[in-house]
Amino acid sequence: MGYTIAEKILMARAGAKNVQPGDIVTVEPDRVMSHDNTAFIIKKFLQTGYTEPWNKEKLTIIFDHCVPATNPAHKQNHDEARAFAKEHNLPYFYDDKAGVCHQVMMEEGLVLPGSLTVGCDSHSTLYGAMNCLGIPINRTEMAGIWATGKIWLKVPETIKIVLEGELQEGVFAKDIILHLLSILRADGATYKVLEFTGSTVSTMSMGSRMTLANMAVELGGKAGVFPFDEKTKAYLTGRTDAPYEPVESDTDAHYCETVTVDVSQLEPQVSCPHTVDNVKPISEVVGKEVQQAYLGSCTNGRLEDLQAAAAVLKGKKVADTVRLVVYPASAKVKEEAIAAGVIKELEEAGAEIRTNSCGPCFGAVDATLGDHDVCISSSNRNFCGRMGSAKSFVYLASPAVVAASAIAGKIADPREVSQ
Amino acid sequence: MISGKTLKYDANDINTDVIWPGKYTYVQIPPEEMQKHAMETFDPDFGRKLAGKSILVVGTNMGCGSSREQASECLKYSGIKAIIAKSFARIFYRNSINLGLPVIESPELVDAISDGDDVQIDLANGEALVNDKTFRIPTYPQFVMEILEAGGLIEHIRRQKQ
Repeated sequence: MGYTIAEKILMARAGAKNVQPGDIVTVEPDRVMSHDNTAFIIKKFLQTGYTEPWNKEKLTIIFDHCVPATNPAHKQNHDEARAFAKEHNLPYFYDDKAGVCHQVMMEEGLVLPGSLTVGCDSHSTLYGAMNCLGIPINRTEMAGIWATGKIWLKVPETIKIVLEGELQEGVFAKDIILHLLSILRADGATYKVLEFTGSTVSTMSMGSRMTLANMAVELGGKAGVFPFDEKTKAYLTGRTDAPYEPVESDTDAHYCETVTVDVSQLEPQVSCPHTVDNVKPISEVVGKEVQQAYLGSCTNGRLEDLQAAAAVLKGKKVADTVRLVVYPASAKVKEEAIAAGVIKELEEAGAEIRTNSCGPCFGAVDATLGDHDVCISSSNRNFCGRMGSAKSFVYLASPAVVAASAIAGKIADPREVSQ
Repeated sequence: MISGKTLKYDANDINTDVIWPGKYTYVQIPPEEMQKHAMETFDPDFGRKLAGKSILVVGTNMGCGSSREQASECLKYSGIKAIIAKSFARIFYRNSINLGLPVIESPELVDAISDGDDVQIDLANGEALVNDKTFRIPTYPQFVMEILEAGGLIEHIRRQKQ
C-alpha cells in the first residue's frame, strides 16, 4: 500500500519507516507562523521556563489582524511582539505593513513544497497550495513548539477531491469550495486532509489553489493539499533559493473517500447565514439587499480576485446604498494592482481601498457590521456575529459576486451584470 | 474522577465566534474575567444557566471555525470541568486538551444525558456514569493524560524541563 502526500510528509519528519492513519507522531515543523496573537504566545512561552525560541530561523511573525492597531489593546499586542522580535533578533518578523499573514508567507517564499508548516491561525491550511502540509494550531501549542521544537500530530486520513472540467465564465475557485462545503458539510473532513487533484487543478492558478486550500478548514479539514507541478515551480522562482523536495501521492495510496465534481456545470455559489455549509446556487439568493460588500481576506484578496471584481465593476458604479471596501491581501498585491490599473478601476467605480489587513473578516477591526446589516463577503466565515453585531448577516461568495452585488445593491449574479 | 451536573445544549456546529467573539480575541483579558464573555453570542444567558453545573454537553462539530483558544479557555475559567460532545472540531479539541480541559467524544453518552443530570467521568478507565448506567468513553494516550493531569501543556512542559 502506498502513501498520500500528508502521510509522506509526516512519515519523513517522524523518521518512521511506515505510518498509518491514526498513528500519533511527534515532529519538528519546518516553519511556524503567528500573527497578532504573538503577544499571547510570548507570555505562555515564558511560563514554560524556556527563554529562547528553539530555532529563530523557523519562527515567522506577521501582523495582519488588527492593522493598523485600532485601539490601545491591539497596539499593546503589537508592541510586545515587536519588543520580543527585537530582543531575540528574529529574522522573519514582518511588521504591520506587509499584508495578510498567509499571503505574505507564500509571497516571501517561506512555504516550501514537501514541507510541514504549522500556523497559529485556522486558515494555515492555505499553505497546501504549495504542496506543503499546512496545519492550524493555536497559542498554547505554538508556545510549546517555540519551547521544545516539537508537536504531536495524528496521522490523518485523506479525502481525494477530483475536480474535472472547465469553469464557466463568472465562476471561480471560491464557487468550487463553497460547492464542496454543500456536499461534505462543515464537519465532513474533520481531522482529515483534502487532497485536490484532477484536470481543473492542473489549469488552476496558484491564487485559486490558495482559495481552495484556505477553506479546507471550513469543512473541518486538518489540511488541504495540492500536487506539485510547473505552476508551483514557477511561483517559487525568484522567491526563494532554499532547497525543497516536492511530494506526490503514490498511485496505490489509500483514500478514505473520493469526491468527484464536474465543475463545468457549476453556477456561482453563495453561503448563507449563519453556517458556512448553508450553500445555495446564486439563482436562489439573488435580490437580497446588502449594505456592505467586502472584498479581501486570506481567501480572496489576491490580484486575480481584485481583477475579477474590477472586470465586473468597470464602467459601472457601486450603488449609493452600499459601501464596497477592498483590502488587498498584501503590499505586493496592492502594488501589482496599481501597476495593472486595477486599483484605479475599483476606485472609479466607487470602491474604497483600505489597508493590507484581514480585520473586517472577524469583526473587530474596521468596517464592522451593525444590527440588521447585510454583507456580501469574499471572506470565509458567516457565523452569527462574525463580522460585528450578532444581529447582522454575512453571505459568502466570490469576488465577482461581491462586485456585482455592490453595483446592484443586492445580491446579484456577475454573469448578468457584465452582459 | 470528574463529577458534576450537566448543562446541555441540543446544538451542533457551535463555532468559536459565538463562544468567544472576535472583538475580545486580541485583547488580553485576565482568566478570572473571561467568564463574563463566555458563550456571549451563542447564549447570553449562559452564565446564569451554568450556576451549579460544570459539565457542558453539546452536539456535533463542537468548536468549529476560528482557532482562537479563548473559546476553550473561557469555558474552563467559567468552571466547566469537561465537555462531552457528539464530535469536536479538530483545533478546539486540541486546544482544550492543551489548556487542561478534558473533551469527551461520545454520541451515545450525549444522547443519554439530559440537562441537569449528574455525571461521573473516569478518564483513566474510559468510563462515564449517568443515571446509574455506565458508558464506555474513549481513553486518551498516556501523554495526553499527563498534559491533562498537569492542567495543560505549558505546565507539562515546565515540569518536564525541570
